[in-house]
Amino acid sequence: MSAPQKRARDEEKRPRVVEDDARLSRQAQERQRLELERTWANGRGFIAWLAETDHKVIGRRFIVTAFGYFTLGGILAALMRIQLAKPENTFLGPDLYNQIFTMHGTTMMFLFAVPVVLAMGVYLVPLMIGARGIAFPRMLAYGYWMFLFGGMFLYLMFFFNVGPDNGWFSYPPLAGPEYGYGKRADVWAQLITFTEVSGLVVATCLVVTIFKLRTPGMSLNRMPLFVWAMLIVSFMVIFAMPSIVISSTCLILDRLVSTHFFNQAEGGDPILWQHLFWFFGHPEVYIIFLPALGMMSEVIATFSRRSVFGYTEMILSMTATAFIGFGVWVHHMFATGLPQLGQSFFTAASIMIVIPTAIQIFNWIATIWTARRLQITVPFLYMASFFFVFIIGGLTGVMLASVPLDRQVHDTYFVVAHFHYVLIGGSTFPLLGGIYFWFPKMYGRMLDDRLGRISFWLLFAGFNLTFFPMHLLGLGGMPRRVYTYPAAMGWQGMNLLASVGAATIAVSLLVYLVNVVVSLRRGAVAGENPWGAATLEWATSSPPPSYNFSPQPTVASSEPLWHSELAPPPLVGLATDRREVLVTFLLDAEPDHRYEMPGPSLWPLLTAITTSIMFVWSIFNPWGVVWGSIPIFVTLTGWFWPTEKKERIKHGIHGRMRPSETLP
Amino acid sequence: MSHLPSILHPAGIEAARISQLWWTMFWICTAVWIAVAVAALIAIRRGHRAAAVHVPDRTIVRNVATAAAISIVALIALLSQSVLIGRALNTLRSDDALRINVTANQWWWDIQYDNPVPSLRVTTANEIHIPVGKPVAFNLFSNDVIHSLWIPNLQGKIDLVPGRRNELWLQADKAGVYRGQCAEYCGLQHAKMALVVVADPPDQFEYWLAANRASAPAPVTPEQQRGKDIVEKGPCAMCHAITGTLAGGRSAPDLTHIASRSTLGAAAIPNMHGYLAGWVSDPQGIKPGNRMPPPGLSGEELQAVLAYLETLK
Amino acid sequence: MSAAPRVSHTLDVSPLPEYGFGHRSLLWWGTASMMVIEGMVFAMVIVSYVYLKGRAPHWPPSGPSPDLLWGSVNTAVLLASALPNQMAKKAAERFDLAGVRLWLAVCLAFALAFNIIRFIEFQHLNVRWDTNAYGSIVWLLIGLHTVHVLTDFLDSTVLAALMFIGPVDEHRFVDVSENALYWYFVVLTWLPIYAVVYFGSRVS
Repeated sequence: MSAPQKRARDEEKRPRVVEDDARLSRQAQERQRLELERTWANGRGFIAWLAETDHKVIGRRFIVTAFGYFTLGGILAALMRIQLAKPENTFLGPDLYNQIFTMHGTTMMFLFAVPVVLAMGVYLVPLMIGARGIAFPRMLAYGYWMFLFGGMFLYLMFFFNVGPDNGWFSYPPLAGPEYGYGKRADVWAQLITFTEVSGLVVATCLVVTIFKLRTPGMSLNRMPLFVWAMLIVSFMVIFAMPSIVISSTCLILDRLVSTHFFNQAEGGDPILWQHLFWFFGHPEVYIIFLPALGMMSEVIATFSRRSVFGYTEMILSMTATAFIGFGVWVHHMFATGLPQLGQSFFTAASIMIVIPTAIQIFNWIATIWTARRLQITVPFLYMASFFFVFIIGGLTGVMLASVPLDRQVHDTYFVVAHFHYVLIGGSTFPLLGGIYFWFPKMYGRMLDDRLGRISFWLLFAGFNLTFFPMHLLGLGGMPRRVYTYPAAMGWQGMNLLASVGAATIAVSLLVYLVNVVVSLRRGAVAGENPWGAATLEWATSSPPPSYNFSPQPTVASSEPLWHSELAPPPLVGLATDRREVLVTFLLDAEPDHRYEMPGPSLWPLLTAITTSIMFVWSIFNPWGVVWGSIPIFVTLTGWFWPTEKKERIKHGIHGRMRPSETLP
Repeated sequence: MSHLPSILHPAGIEAARISQLWWTMFWICTAVWIAVAVAALIAIRRGHRAAAVHVPDRTIVRNVATAAAISIVALIALLSQSVLIGRALNTLRSDDALRINVTANQWWWDIQYDNPVPSLRVTTANEIHIPVGKPVAFNLFSNDVIHSLWIPNLQGKIDLVPGRRNELWLQADKAGVYRGQCAEYCGLQHAKMALVVVADPPDQFEYWLAANRASAPAPVTPEQQRGKDIVEKGPCAMCHAITGTLAGGRSAPDLTHIASRSTLGAAAIPNMHGYLAGWVSDPQGIKPGNRMPPPGLSGEELQAVLAYLETLK
Repeated sequence: MSAAPRVSHTLDVSPLPEYGFGHRSLLWWGTASMMVIEGMVFAMVIVSYVYLKGRAPHWPPSGPSPDLLWGSVNTAVLLASALPNQMAKKAAERFDLAGVRLWLAVCLAFALAFNIIRFIEFQHLNVRWDTNAYGSIVWLLIGLHTVHVLTDFLDSTVLAALMFIGPVDEHRFVDVSENALYWYFVVLTWLPIYAVVYFGSRVS
């Protein structure tokens, strides 16, 4: 600790408990809220909209945009199912089909599944931890713009017939310079760069927020399980995404400047791509999965009216899943001819990773079993379906972990069935339940119950009708990624069923959308806590004010709203004329210092524009990296350069810096 | 007799072992699913009742731990079964097995029956004959991108990776015709890169092998001679080879015994006169994007070529 | 349930300072996150180097290993730059503006030097990026580090300019302190990369 800090500590610069504080009076609180609103609220108008840094607004934008991409990905799936409904169908030719299945997978994995769960974290985490805002709000905004621009870039290229067509994992040599024609593979690789940059910055925001901005009293062992899930997921993002950044960069380099990373003729290796990709790719699916586990815990606890059984075990399970998830990637490569001994290790790890998730499932069932008058609401239905849908996917995963069996069903529709069961059953169903659950908080209105139930049952039926037959198709010899199949194979029955199921899914999602649109206007007004939940996001209005809370609550339990009798003292003393948040210590959330958050700014958008220009330019010309970096440097400098707040320069900074020295 | 390509209808020892593993896993997994589904349903019913069920934490811990323990035991059972079958799959090796070199291309299979004596080698394409009841070893290569050889009735798949040699052992135990298909996305016509595996009794297989070692028969009729001339001096010879003629191209399927194959275009269409005519005159119409350009033959030239090709048994 | 509990006492945090150094600052954690990300990037590239080397009959496949001279000189310069870096960090933590200005300028001189020497290093690798996979991975490894070296130079220049031009408040001193952390990262990650690039093809 430096000398000034030591002196500050000695001079009693610590928080203090104030008895009978007049700042809690109604007039004081009213005044406080007005000032806070003025300080934290963003302006109106287009520029203000572009300069937004409120995590709630950006979180909602992220979610809406992700669902927009989800819709596009779903349309692509519908096109595929139309083509495959009949053998030797001519609805789509091979080139368009190959682009479509690649776009579908790429959209769903990179533009929907990961961003949407990170976005739920962006919206909910600061509220759940009692903070006024998120750490690095401008960087968060930058992450959003990069996500939006990346997807726009991808779809623009697709509409110009330059859509990627090598599958969502783009194996070389097919995607390499010799066989990957035109710019399609470069478009894919650069889309990755956009979305990885976005994911990494959002993950950084979440980690720092969770570690440093929790309200006093919220020690690590009092954090909601959803916050734990987002913390673990953010770490996974940070450790996993660099691998695909490297591999996609190497692919572009091979294609653009004749490097030989994946060229076996010059000492490279196509299998290296697979290692690098799947080292990222497997954790990626757990990144998609874990936030859903967090949402499951919150919703199940709320409607069971009790905390989830085995809090510590749930955290250890999620952590174990995250760790083991980094050690199973070779199970995607069992058919490549790798040595058998190595493969056995990955079989064991891929089977063992089931155990932590199984423990979580048993704990949830125990929670529901001992519920105090369980409420079977629509969100609960979505969460409960996990026990029937995801588990099928988990079990087929155990089958796929076995090398001999995988050698038969790898790269067939059996795998397609498996991953849709685990991703949709394990992540999308809980997500839709979570959206239903937190929609009142985000928009102040309840979703319609009947439409919710119709949509749920349609989805449950449609999903199983679509994907269960695919197990049989895989067992019956139908490989993946085929634009058509011969009539003599006997595959048309199951394919037709799957296509009918896909239509059912489409209808169910349409009903969900109608529910959202209608309820935004005419839904029942939600109070602060319509579900009677326990966590802090429900301790403020719906939707929350721009400053989240006033006064900022502190906590004395992990279910603060169910234990209000503990009455921990609310927080006062944060400035209201600037966006001030309280930074606390990591383990026990003891108050540390006050920190001024930056306000709205156009720099994130401008930097996202310059970054996007450089990224797009560089797939056409390697010098784009050099020249394109110059505008990025300019915008980053503008972003970093502080605006003067001369009047608030502190004296007492050790006397060496005279006020006059700060003036230009 | 032609079989549907299902892994649940094994026709060889390796596929049979895997099929057995499948059923073991299937039944155990079904039991697990039922157990969890029933537990979840009971839990929902109980939780929904008016009075809260009071279960001491100790009991819950015990139950969860028991469930976890049972799960671990089940998983270890599955793991062991998998490892044992995996090891059993490696016992097919033998020193005097038939060796076949398969080289994958976009979007066809080059097949070469290996032999230390060069004149005894056989080169063909898209159709593999093997003897029933004897182990066969495939050496797998790729000329371009990653492909995967998969014959569901006989064995699990394995990739063909450029720059590497992979090996696949299998044995057919029932005579029949089995379909294989490329199972690693390899570009535009991945969907139509299939092949036919014919398992014959050993003497029939030897007969086939001997017949395929022969050069192409000489044409008999003038039309067939004309067809041969067109093939040798026209665009066909740039890519295709017919042993015993001037056609010596190596970048397309060997046509020496094309008429004895049951399919064309890597099992995309049956090998019958009309289909053959369609293929030779307009390959892009049947398999758009494949590497064979339309040879630009007139009607009369086409008939001559077909007449010649149909002699290549 | 209302947000305002029926209590009358509060936790007043107004006496707390408005900044924190080291791991108490948000910026430290942001920098740490970036260091882990970039560290993983380097780790994956080094793993790829080892992988490709393991598959190669000869390594380098052709031609000599990179010349040791300029790489070693640059390593020395980088390590030496730790000194002005540390001095700048300490000055920042004392809120010593003159000290910060002085030592940042010295750091920049070092940064300029090691960027120039890095440029020379590239000419002495004895292989091009497009010669073979060995050349590709060597250029990638040292190229990625160079991106960091260059970025560090540029952002330290901007920071130094800010400390001269203003406006300066206590947060800018935290920025200088955290920049020193990033600088250490750039120096320390060089050591394994130096070992791999220059000696990876000399050991069997």
